Amino acid sequence: MLKDITLGQYFPGESIVHRLDPRTKLILTVVYIVALFSAKFVASYALMMAVLVTCILLSGVGFKALFRGMKPVIIIITLTAILNLFYNTNGTLLVHFWKLSIYTGGIQMAVMMVLRILMLISGTFLLTYTTSPIQLTDGIESLLGPLKKLHLPVHELAMLMSIALRFIPTLIEETDKIMAAQKARGADFESGNLVQKAKALVPLLVPLFVSAFRRADELATAMECRCYHGDSGRTRMKKLTFAFRDGAALVLGAVVLASVLVLRHFGF
Amino acid sequence: MAEQIIKTENVSFAYTGAEGVAPLVLNGVTLDIEAGSFVAVLGHNGCGKSTLAKHFNAILLPSGGKVYVDGMDTTDEDRTLDIRRTVGMVFQNPDNQIVASIVEEDVAFAPENLGVEPAEIRRRVDEALAAVDMSDYAQYAPHLLSGGQKQRVAIAGVIAMRPRCIVLDEPTAMLDPIGREEVIDTIQKLNREFGVTVVLITHHMDEAARADRLIVMDHGQVIADGAPRVVFQDVEGLRSVGLTVPETVGLLYELRQAGLNVPLDALSVDECAEAIAKALK
Repeated sequence: MLKDITLGQYFPGESIVHRLDPRTKLILTVVYIVALFSAKFVASYALMMAVLVTCILLSGVGFKALFRGMKPVIIIITLTAILNLFYNTNGTLLVHFWKLSIYTGGIQMAVMMVLRILMLISGTFLLTYTTSPIQLTDGIESLLGPLKKLHLPVHELAMLMSIALRFIPTLIEETDKIMAAQKARGADFESGNLVQKAKALVPLLVPLFVSAFRRADELATAMECRCYHGDSGRTRMKKLTFAFRDGAALVLGAVVLASVLVLRHFGF
Repeated sequence: MAEQIIKTENVSFAYTGAEGVAPLVLNGVTLDIEAGSFVAVLGHNGCGKSTLAKHFNAILLPSGGKVYVDGMDTTDEDRTLDIRRTVGMVFQNPDNQIVASIVEEDVAFAPENLGVEPAEIRRRVDEALAAVDMSDYAQYAPHLLSGGQKQRVAIAGVIAMRPRCIVLDEPTAMLDPIGREEVIDTIQKLNREFGVTVVLITHHMDEAARADRLIVMDHGQVIADGAPRVVFQDVEGLRSVGLTVPETVGLLYELRQAGLNVPLDALSVDECAEAIAKALK
């Protein structure tokens, strides 16, 4: 059950999207999100959709994998759709029953919002699907590098993130083990109402936290043994380097954003 | 005389907790560890062997006495990094030593910390993975490996620093028999082929028997020190501190108690069989 979590999952590959520098991908993701939220009308949506589909096809990740990752957000999407459907009172009245009424504006808005959320999630998933956690944290560290001058612990944060990602599968495995051990002693995680279920988690969480702290302690010692002493004088085996394709991708990203803004200005 | 890589002089140590001074965990340990040797440290739980190991690379500093690593005093803070790159350390639980989510990135961690050039890191990582026979798994995620494989990755992560000595604190305690065999073979190979000094902390007799020298500890003190063959002959002495002897020695000891004239210094099954056959002729 817990093994299905796709958080931060990475699909190794050799596609052009995989080979882009993580910094390029991070910047492009931000550009993509800004463009997506700037898109207002059908033409700009179509453009964004085309961009997204092209990127997915280029990455070779496959639509199936993307949709599988979307399962947890189905509820949010449905909720958004329903709320927009009934609360928007623009356009002409289509249906009216009991206290509810649906306007054309509502339908338009619901479709737009659902598309926006779907495209937002697919876009960010594409980032984590094509970028290994290490590259991702390296990219973040490098992009936030200038903040080091302000004495922000950028390196420490990046280290924290990569260790957290490294331990997700370990702790999930551990949770499964503790769950089995507690079930063997008669613990019941399934029945009862919400409060009872929450209470049943205590015998799961306490050992999990104790073991996580013990692990953290041992890991810290092991890191010290391997001469970890923070950022100073540290080198990297794989240096991040911008290639021609990164420049090209960034220019394309800028063009897309500009087009969306222009389309928005002219009301398409 | 051969060079001493680690030297302890009358080391004592007590963990200081909130409630004042705790009892001594180490009590007057004086040892010399020769460069290039394979030393096993044996003792039951709580005898201070892990605490002693942590003194070898300045993770713990002695409360009394001195520890020298390659001539450097471990209390000298300016030399801490040099000491840690000279003496690498591998712990019991491989999961809690692996930092990165890709094997080769993890092996690169220590040289990266030391500020080694990227091309040189690449070379060291490839060499270290080859030395522990894990080159095929360079791109794997650590959680997909078996316990023995993970522990070998952890060893590769340490040898990528090019240490002169590796201290292993019960590296096989959490492994299945196959994993144990893999790890011990790797350790022995590092010692024989690469000349790395190995200090193996263990409570498995058969692992200890493979060392050149065996140190037995009890209550924070060294109670026996010598070649495994010699140390294991003191069956009663070892049993009195809660240790068993290898099965072969145990068998010969029982036979001897029963009046058969056999020597006690057979460690392998073949040697043991031969000794018994000889006595029965």
